[in-house]
Amino acid sequence: MTRLVDIALTVNGKPVTGKVEPRRTLADFLRDDLDMTGTHVGCEHGVCGACTILVNGASMRSCLMFAVQVDGAELNTVEGLAVDGKLTPLQDAFHRHHALQCGFCTPGLLMTAEAFLKENPSPTADEVRDAISGNICRCTGYIPIVEAILDAAEQLKKTDAA
Amino acid sequence: MKPAAFEYIAPVTVEEALEALGGSGKDARVLGGGQSLVPMMNFRLAQPELLIDLNRISELAGIAIREDGVVRIGAMTRHRTVELSPEIRECLPLLHEAMPYIAHVQIRNRGTIGGSLAHADPAAEWPALCFALDATIVARSSSGSREIPATEFPLGILTTALEPDEIIAEVLFPHQPAGRRYGFQEISRRRGDFALTGVACTLDLNADGVVDASRIAIFGVDDIPLLSAEAVDALTGNTMTDVLAREAGRAAAAAINPRSDLHASSEYRTQLIETLVYRALKQAAGADLLKDVA
Ligand SMILES: Cc1cc2nc3c(=O)[nH]c(=O)nc-3n(C[C@H](O)[C@H](O)[C@H](O)COP(=O)(O)OP(=O)(O)OC[C@H]3O[C@@H](n4cnc5c(N)ncnc54)[C@H](O)[C@@H]3O)c2cc1C
Ligand code: FES
Ligand code: FES
Repeated sequence: MTRLVDIALTVNGKPVTGKVEPRRTLADFLRDDLDMTGTHVGCEHGVCGACTILVNGASMRSCLMFAVQVDGAELNTVEGLAVDGKLTPLQDAFHRHHALQCGFCTPGLLMTAEAFLKENPSPTADEVRDAISGNICRCTGYIPIVEAILDAAEQLKKTDAA
Repeated sequence: MKPAAFEYIAPVTVEEALEALGGSGKDARVLGGGQSLVPMMNFRLAQPELLIDLNRISELAGIAIREDGVVRIGAMTRHRTVELSPEIRECLPLLHEAMPYIAHVQIRNRGTIGGSLAHADPAAEWPALCFALDATIVARSSSGSREIPATEFPLGILTTALEPDEIIAEVLFPHQPAGRRYGFQEISRRRGDFALTGVACTLDLNADGVVDASRIAIFGVDDIPLLSAEAVDALTGNTMTDVLAREAGRAAAAAINPRSDLHASSEYRTQLIETLVYRALKQAAGADLLKDVA
């Protein structure tokens, strides 16, 4: 067997350590080693977006990175969004707009939209469509997802102003 | 699927990486952003014995403008960094314009210019952009470095002039004269997909709206990008009108014989090129595109 490598990183603000084979993808490390199955795995070649998480604040494919590469990094996954069961404005907007059906794509879409709204707090519908172009949803037809993200932008502006 | 087992190192200097690449005696590969290599490893189409991760080598990343106006982009600079760079927006607006066409934001956050050039996908934007801007690729091995003109770098599908013990260290973009204009156009089936075909062009007009010079790079039609001498011939010395832009499109299309594949037939790609060259020139000329005199 190949040598195991020690890694130490931060996931959703908490320190985490692991012992991984170099070939362990980051997505599998999260799901199988940390038992954080919120991050989904659809295609394992970068196309579907279900595995999208934030690495040092930027959205990335966790299926296209190896766990050994994130030694020292800060990750955010869907598990870190709601605090004590209270949904974030983005999650709440997804809920109200029925922006999910089976939910397989949802973690990736939420993480993508989280990062996107930080960069662009007042997006147009076109900009939202562009931002989520790397996340495939086979259920909703995307319209409620775009509406939810636009709505979340409004809500976030209100809370920021308050 | 899951990748086959491999040994992994993450050096922090270029020298260490090159030593490992040239001297390991193993089937070694360097890992850039991993946005092309890791999918191939996940499918076991690539099974390197040793993976040399370049992500911790800070000297390979970054954008710098030299005193002579040459823009240096380190091989490990992410597509997204180029997209958001104010310097690039000012000095190399063609790159700024083209970056959003590369894949999706999550992939641009990770994928690199060096990886894209080394991967040499016929439908990739970077190789064509380097053709249009006459860039130079700096390759390094343990025994030294050499400069390769971007137009001589890709040799075929997924094949380049790089030797097995070399990496791309940086890419040099010559100073672009003030007033040069640019156009970038591509067609893909879905947002973020690889292009069916595309065009990147530069255009220099004199005060009377006559074309002094132009470079027209076409990608997704052949194994490697090409510069359309025919379109440039049609343009040079003539007044930049809508009709002339269309003529250049026809000249470019007449000279190519694109491949047919699952995504598009040769005929369709030929038509696309005719239209995209026209649109790219129109975009470049902007408000200075003269109306044709009836
Ligand atoms: C869903 C999806 C859509 C995409 N769409 C597009 C698109 O529309 N247009 C486009 O251009 N690309 C697209 N890509 C590919 C993406 O741009 C990659 O970032 C790029 O092709 C490879 O860069 P990388 O840094 O990820 O390289 P890697 O995947 O790390 O490496 C690719 C190859 O280059 C070698 N390599 C890497 N860095 C160096 C170096 N410095 N010196 C020498 N060799 C090196 C590796 O050994 C490997 O052989 C897409 C990818 C995905 C997953
Ligand atoms: S599982 Fe990573 S993009 Fe599909
Ligand atoms: S809700 Fe089912 S894939 Fe998006």
